[in-house]
Amino acid sequence: MSKLKVVVVGNGMVGHHYVETLAKSDVDADICVIGGETRPAYDRVHLSEVFDGKDPSDLGLTTREYYEGLGVDAHFGDFVAKIDRESKKVVTEGGQEFDYDKLVLATGSYPFVPPIPGHDQAHCLAYRTIDDLAEIKASAKGKKVGVVVGGGLLGLECANALKNLGLEAHVVEFAPGLMGVQLDDGGSQMLRRKIEALGVQVHTSKATEKITQGDTHRLKMEFADETELETDMIVFSAGIRPYDQLARDADLKVGERGGIEIDYQCKTSDENIFAVGECAVLGNFIYGLVAPGYRMAEAAVSQLTSDKTSFTGADMSTKLKLLGVDVGSIGDSKGNSDGALGFVFSDEREDVYKRLNVSADGKKVLGATLVGDCDDYDTLLQYYLNEIDLPENPESLILPASDGAVPALGADALPMTASICSCHNVSKGDIVEAIDGGCTTVADVKGCTKAATGCGGCAALLKNVVDFELGARGLEVNTDICEHFKHTRQDLFTIVQSTQIKSFDELIDKHGSGSGCDICKPAVASILASLWNEHVLESDLVPLQDTNDTFMANMQKDGTYSVVPRVPGGEILPDQLIVLGEVAKRYSLYSKITGGQRVDLFGARMNDLPEIWSALIDAGFETGHAYAKALRTVKSCVGSTWCRYGVQDSVGQAIDLENRYKGLRTPHKLKMGVSGCTRECAEAQSKDVGVIATESGWNLYVCGNGGMKPRHADLFATDLDTPTMIKYIDRFLMFYVRTADRLQRTSTWLENLEGGLEYLQDVIINDSLGIASELEKQMQHVVDTYQCEWKTAINDQDKLKRFRQFVNSDKEDEAVLFVEERGQIRPATDAEKKRTQFKAVS
Amino acid sequence: MSAHKICTVDDLIPDSGVCALVRVNGLEEQVALFYLPHTEQKVFAINNWDPLGRANVLSRGIVGNIGDELVVASPLYKQHFSLLTGKCLEEDAAVKTYPATLEGDDIMLMA
Repeated sequence: MSKLKVVVVGNGMVGHHYVETLAKSDVDADICVIGGETRPAYDRVHLSEVFDGKDPSDLGLTTREYYEGLGVDAHFGDFVAKIDRESKKVVTEGGQEFDYDKLVLATGSYPFVPPIPGHDQAHCLAYRTIDDLAEIKASAKGKKVGVVVGGGLLGLECANALKNLGLEAHVVEFAPGLMGVQLDDGGSQMLRRKIEALGVQVHTSKATEKITQGDTHRLKMEFADETELETDMIVFSAGIRPYDQLARDADLKVGERGGIEIDYQCKTSDENIFAVGECAVLGNFIYGLVAPGYRMAEAAVSQLTSDKTSFTGADMSTKLKLLGVDVGSIGDSKGNSDGALGFVFSDEREDVYKRLNVSADGKKVLGATLVGDCDDYDTLLQYYLNEIDLPENPESLILPASDGAVPALGADALPMTASICSCHNVSKGDIVEAIDGGCTTVADVKGCTKAATGCGGCAALLKNVVDFELGARGLEVNTDICEHFKHTRQDLFTIVQSTQIKSFDELIDKHGSGSGCDICKPAVASILASLWNEHVLESDLVPLQDTNDTFMANMQKDGTYSVVPRVPGGEILPDQLIVLGEVAKRYSLYSKITGGQRVDLFGARMNDLPEIWSALIDAGFETGHAYAKALRTVKSCVGSTWCRYGVQDSVGQAIDLENRYKGLRTPHKLKMGVSGCTRECAEAQSKDVGVIATESGWNLYVCGNGGMKPRHADLFATDLDTPTMIKYIDRFLMFYVRTADRLQRTSTWLENLEGGLEYLQDVIINDSLGIASELEKQMQHVVDTYQCEWKTAINDQDKLKRFRQFVNSDKEDEAVLFVEERGQIRPATDAEKKRTQFKAVS
Repeated sequence: MSAHKICTVDDLIPDSGVCALVRVNGLEEQVALFYLPHTEQKVFAINNWDPLGRANVLSRGIVGNIGDELVVASPLYKQHFSLLTGKCLEEDAAVKTYPATLEGDDIMLMA
């Protein structure tokens, strides 16, 4: 039996996907593809990037050579003119004939050009292919004005392209609003506002009656309302129409408004002919996006295999950036469904518009429109696609988070497919399976699924999921800190504070059991430090500390440490810089500037740490607590002292803050920032405590975070004088120290704090709990008892006892090996170690 | 195998670990020594190499118990290794253990 002959007509994105999918399947077929354009398939979605300087060839999805390698017979630059269904062959305009057993039509669509008199003259163009782009470019050369007819998605992209070509860009739309298919009126108006602010002129409800010669420019558009617009070129982007002529000529069934009719198997009315992509119509609907086209291509290929799948429609939700404006549209974005209830949030200061449409019973998301801010898109899409039940107040999903709303989807509501741990690709379903299989703790689940054992960034989310799932099964959710204490961290803090307990042994004797572990020991050490502030290397505290605190340096992957001296506010003397360099050279340390405006020196051996610190302390440095769950840095911009725009001395303020709070041990690390003006160069709004100068004082922001789950800090209080600001920060930090969970940053702490920001303001500013003076007193104690841990340690032989690699030898760890890279050391890889081991030992 | 005096109890840190260099069959091995004065055995010795973090760091971990097992947590990625058997509680890995005793003030190791 001879091989199955498959002929594909069209080599756009979807046609190409069909060819590639079929070639890589186990179907034994001779594949022939015929493309009308002279070049093989390319990425049409990113067409406008060619105007940003991208080379057209960079858009290519395939090459002739690639097809050759797949054994595909490819022909370009020749259109198929006719299908002969009787004898099962196609004939091209160039006269070539191809026999088929199965024919696939992927002819795509063409830009609709309204039949306006004068539309067919020079400089009236379309926007669809790479060749079109070349024409647009040529036409725009040396000219000033360009008009796009059509205010849809493609039209706006095209307007952006014209703008990038240096033209004064206009958009002319027949309908009353932009992107009328995807956006509701409010969203459409907001989009217009934003686009106009970018310099694109928008004309809606404009019916073009004719195009004539211009007086000052090449062309003149005359509108039905008797207004005119002169322009040097016109690009039509007023929608697409399926290329279905070939199918019509062959008497295949076509839709009422065009398009080749297909069934769920992507078959046309001829069982040997398929149609996929934008030329096809399923149930009167044309899927004009690339993802559904790909799904059609896959379904069509599967009909030739034993594992048949269907294409029954696709979600048309989209999120994109148009002229730099975020736009999102989900499901029924306008709220047209029966009984749909709408929630609208419009912020004309920030130019953000959001509409959420929910079912009449308030339970399900029907759709949404987002303009200017798409942060909620992913969450809303999850609700929509997975038909997740909404919270009681669905509006909270689109309201700004600072209003105490619940922004992200809770662990309970996540769909089973949601990825929890991206390092080990563990989904919520995998975790549920592990729990069903007998896991009853986070540790069990970790061991079973490996979740949170990669970068560990998902640990908190994992715990949420596990807690919820256990709770849902009627199992008690254990909030104990670990097996040794039947208490939360907050309970332990209160116990230690009220009973004045000063040691771990006493605490575990009276309030716990066993001998402790790597969870409770550092947590208790942190509580003791926050309250009593003794040196971390006091003999009864040493066994509690993580290795970083024990050696007052940061352990790196090879067991060596990095050293970070404090540089308050990022201000440093030239002589100190020289000493840093000298120390780095003397001990062969790798040097890197940190994000917190200081210098990190890597590759220090444990036994060298005391000497390194002696040298640093002699130069006036103090420990930077980079190793501790404590205040790290207060980042600052240069402020009014030097900057033309600064309104306050941000460096001075940052130095004062850093010196006040240095050494404060907290449930997790703590970062601050001070900006000298509203331009916010110190990025203070991404810090736990952010301070931004105003003309009359300081604005205080709290609970921001960068890192894995970025969070903008909330504006806490405005125009404060310095003493008031210090008072608030004292109270805020101590309240956090008191009430946060172990390893909980201020951002998640606030998100879990009942009552949210308002409650926090009430406690800190209005002293609603009557504890403000106590909090201030506690902070003052920490400030008053500050010591540079390293300075104390290098003067105390007892504390230095542990800084020996071996208790019985002066040798060094032979497994620590470095190689040179870019003029500095780095840890050797295992392979490099193997190669050099012999040499290193001898 | 023979008993070596490694160091004295003064070299150890109560409820924590230090590292010693021990010659075994002509080769030097790094041994993590843990001193738990409240236990009967008092001194525990396991190899210092963390097979999962791939570095000589186990002596610098936090000791404690998980259920009935006395353990040290690797300071790199926090897996727990039994001080008695050397087995890792979370993953399929183990480290070598050494019989260690406290005789008077001396730490003795069979190796």
